[in-house]
Amino acid sequence: MLGDKDRIFTNLYGAHDWRLAGARARGAWDNTKALIERGHDAIIEEMKKSGLRGRGGAGFPTGMKWSFMPKEVKDRPHYLVVNADESEPGTCKDRDIMRHDPHLLIEGCLIAGFAMRAHAGYIYVRGEFYNEAQNLIAAIKEAYDAGLLGKNACGSGWDFDLYVHRGAGAYICGEETALLESLEGKKGMPRLKPPFPAGSGLYGCPTTVNNVESIAVAPTILRRGAAWFAGIGRPNNTGTKLFCISGHVNKPCNVEEEMGIPLRELIERHCGGVRGGWDNLLAVIPGGASVPLLPKSICDTVLMDFDSLRDQKSGLGTAAVIVMDKSTDVVKAIARLSYFYKHESCGQCTPCREGTGWMWRVMERMVTGNARIDEIDALEDVTKQVEGHTICALGDAAAWPIQGLIRHFRPEMERRIRARTEKLAAE
Amino acid sequence: MAMITADPKDVPQVASFTFTPENLAKAQELMAHYPPGRQASAVIGVLDLAQRQQGWLPRVAMNEVARLLDMAPIRVYEIATFYTMFQLKPKGRYLLQVCTTTPCWLRGSDAVMKACQHAADGDVFSVQEVECLGACVNAPVVQINDDFYEDLDEASINKVLDAFRRGETPKPGPQIDRQTSGPEGGLTTLKGE
Repeated sequence: MLGDKDRIFTNLYGAHDWRLAGARARGAWDNTKALIERGHDAIIEEMKKSGLRGRGGAGFPTGMKWSFMPKEVKDRPHYLVVNADESEPGTCKDRDIMRHDPHLLIEGCLIAGFAMRAHAGYIYVRGEFYNEAQNLIAAIKEAYDAGLLGKNACGSGWDFDLYVHRGAGAYICGEETALLESLEGKKGMPRLKPPFPAGSGLYGCPTTVNNVESIAVAPTILRRGAAWFAGIGRPNNTGTKLFCISGHVNKPCNVEEEMGIPLRELIERHCGGVRGGWDNLLAVIPGGASVPLLPKSICDTVLMDFDSLRDQKSGLGTAAVIVMDKSTDVVKAIARLSYFYKHESCGQCTPCREGTGWMWRVMERMVTGNARIDEIDALEDVTKQVEGHTICALGDAAAWPIQGLIRHFRPEMERRIRARTEKLAAE
Repeated sequence: MAMITADPKDVPQVASFTFTPENLAKAQELMAHYPPGRQASAVIGVLDLAQRQQGWLPRVAMNEVARLLDMAPIRVYEIATFYTMFQLKPKGRYLLQVCTTTPCWLRGSDAVMKACQHAADGDVFSVQEVECLGACVNAPVVQINDDFYEDLDEASINKVLDAFRRGETPKPGPQIDRQTSGPEGGLTTLKGE
């Protein structure tokens, strides 16, 4: 089990001062100048060695992503953009970082910005997080006043400006290219890739978009060393991770734990167990709404990391664990997610715009059993036609929960259809 | 994708809109966050200022934002209709944004929604169903203007609404005994100092 001495987010619950003095007392901004003096490439190399994989959902190695930025700044400036548009259902970790430990994120922005040769950074915060954005803005002002940001930041000789940009309610802006469009003052509609943001991102300039948690852990990794971070968790799935456990547990909470912790241990140690006991568990969505759910039989033994969950045809995603006990109408739970994706589709690609609505309407009929058995196959077939046929991954995200439901709960769907047919025949 | 238009027929006519000097200064500060010529980047922030000033976004306010940012008005209408936080009709003094996405639904958002719908009179309270608010370990959640009210049930949301009716501002955050997103009844980590 992870000890408090190895936790990065030591003010996760806001028990202590979130301002500069409190953050400094917890070790933030301690000789940041020395970290920067290691040089652009040494920082990126250390991040690569740590094995940190992006915490926003896709799990792409963070150090490698930084290394894709051009090695020289030519006619176009470089930008760091932080994705704080946290909207994946089940996920609420970046909120705690911004409101309770904003200086970890701000120091991370300076270091990441320096590593990728950027002199400016934008933190895109979802519009609903008004109070969280205010904390972040106040913390940035403190950092400027203390000489930690701005010209010659931390006395390092590197100039770095950091701005908060608030969104206004659109899940799609969590997709990195939609976020860039939104940051440019347009509708959040994803861009075709390539070109990738590292070549042509914000205002057509080299840009890297990282999740809040990925950036906020960087200073601690550099201070304590890549070997420390890589020594936690399992190979290729290293470090600590913020987990958000919601739904039918006795005590839902956020907690920082070791990557690869068994799902059952996570729930029983920190959340007071499943409501009604472990045997009352029906299913778990282990990584935010987009990933396929897992039935209890898999939950008994599965480990919470990228590779273990991928092997179970699901994913770690944002590590947002949504727990459902046996009282849950599991078809309705997934149908509600289908409605979410229909609501949030930007409408740009036909398979997603039309498909999310179609899938939702069929899912609503599956809830009451108002369907034919072969429509389950048709539904699965349509999810496959949406998946992989859209500019961004929202189409995939809408398809996967339904595929997971059919994979693990098809008998329940068929039971409802039969029950309704029999009821109608009897009448 | 919200199916709404920038100029609904059933909204009050607002003849003109100008920013207060204070809001104009805030808008100019936002515009200065972006490189020269990229002031359109500030559109969401400046529309938000207009909405805070007026209470909602009439077309004249969008036109004023377009003028200030040197954007074609249609580009501003597009933004105002794409993002769900922009209100194209007048709302009650308190906007109850009830999350009903799966994590909130699992913890009883149906009852919370019913209580909010019952309270919504269009004058003191307006109600709106919203998608995931990003506070899922504190479900069910209702955002009231800028604040999140968390860990709600039918009784506690009614208590919160009653307090607003009396002109008070109830304490935001969890409405049960717990520290923000930590587990109820005592932390399992970060206990010592």
